[in-house]
Amino acid sequence: MKPAEFDYLGAESPDEALDALGRHGEDARVLAGGQSLMAMLNMRLASQQILIDIGRIEPWRYVRADGGVIEVGAGTTQAELLAWPDLAAKAPLLAKALPHVGHLQTRSRGTVCGSLCHADPSSELPLCLAVLGGEVVLKSAKGSRTLAAKDFQTGMLSTARKPDEIAVAARFPVARAGTGYAFEEVTRRHGDFAIVAVAAAVSGPSVRVAVGGVADRPMVREWTGLTEADMADALNGLAWEMGGFDDIHATARYRRELVRRIGARVIEEARTCRS
Amino acid sequence: MPLLKRGTLHPISLVVDGVEVTGHAEPRMLLVDFLRRVLGATGTHVGCEHGICGACTIRLDGEPARACLLLAVQADGRRVDTVEGLASADGALSVLQDAFHRHFALQCGFCTPGMLMTLQGFLEDNPDPTKDQVRAALSGNICRCTGYSEIVDATLDAAARLRNQDQAATNPT
Repeated sequence: MKPAEFDYLGAESPDEALDALGRHGEDARVLAGGQSLMAMLNMRLASQQILIDIGRIEPWRYVRADGGVIEVGAGTTQAELLAWPDLAAKAPLLAKALPHVGHLQTRSRGTVCGSLCHADPSSELPLCLAVLGGEVVLKSAKGSRTLAAKDFQTGMLSTARKPDEIAVAARFPVARAGTGYAFEEVTRRHGDFAIVAVAAAVSGPSVRVAVGGVADRPMVREWTGLTEADMADALNGLAWEMGGFDDIHATARYRRELVRRIGARVIEEARTCRS
Repeated sequence: MPLLKRGTLHPISLVVDGVEVTGHAEPRMLLVDFLRRVLGATGTHVGCEHGICGACTIRLDGEPARACLLLAVQADGRRVDTVEGLASADGALSVLQDAFHRHFALQCGFCTPGMLMTLQGFLEDNPDPTKDQVRAALSGNICRCTGYSEIVDATLDAAARLRNQDQAATNPT
């Protein structure tokens, strides 16, 4: 299908975009890479009075590591982050997860912040931000605030972003020495949304694990000093706690089994790849 | 850029397959529809219109992208390469197109423009890919005829020929 009518503003500066969003509020939608929004507009699952395109705003296109944090600007694409030379050393989890985000033809346009704002419960970047304990920087014409991942994503396809705010940056903590990171997902085809995705950060006896694709948002758990048997019990408990659901892709029971199996595998991989 | 109002046509100019073109588009017009309907460049196909099938894949400033997830007005001032620019002016097929032909890498041909544009960019970045890498690159293009095997074979064949060409160019003896 084709999108319904809308006005279009190709904003050329941060102020122009923030002012326009402040004026139009809920009538407006921020268009970054458009790899989710354009599809939703075409299918008329979304319709907007005005699209504010932030793709031309150069100051919002950057990746920089500063003070233990990797900050990714609102306009930075998934492909640009994947091509960042320090990625494997500074963010091994993102280096492992990003190739699973869509396809190369969508990563070339899709942005990191856009994926976080779309907040699909199965998608990889919100999962990574959650397990790493990252943050999202929100800005409006009136000011800015920074939210922890757990406070930013509030449910399926929903976040704490207010209508006049733009997620101007995502902040991922730099990988710590002695901590191992791993990611795995099960999909019907490479690049599809995950049926279940698991990310883990393991440091000594401490395990931090996040599961996507089952609950309405990434579920994070932190465990310390568990034996292997305890770990299996903990993963089983988490699988039942999240419940899961039946859909055309998988049954709830299959999802729980994936949480147990991939969970154990990802935690083990993170444990063995500690630097 | 000024606000572009709905329901009205706005002039845009872009470089399509090396030729500077101009046309008019409403804000909501998709780039793929601009190519096909305004420019008459129907080589780029439009399938699912939500970014899944890959038939509309073009290159925007060199990067593979879905022309159904781009607005025509977003391409204003930019370079768009389509399947129509692959063959040379005298109609001789590109190395990749020729490999598709020889390996029977298409049947109905609907997905082919997107396949070629994805793979053209992929081979520039990965001149010596493995079969798995080719399959991963193709994961964003759906073909319902071939089962992909012939497409993978054609891609590996084209990669080998392009490497030989490069080698011949750098070692003229």
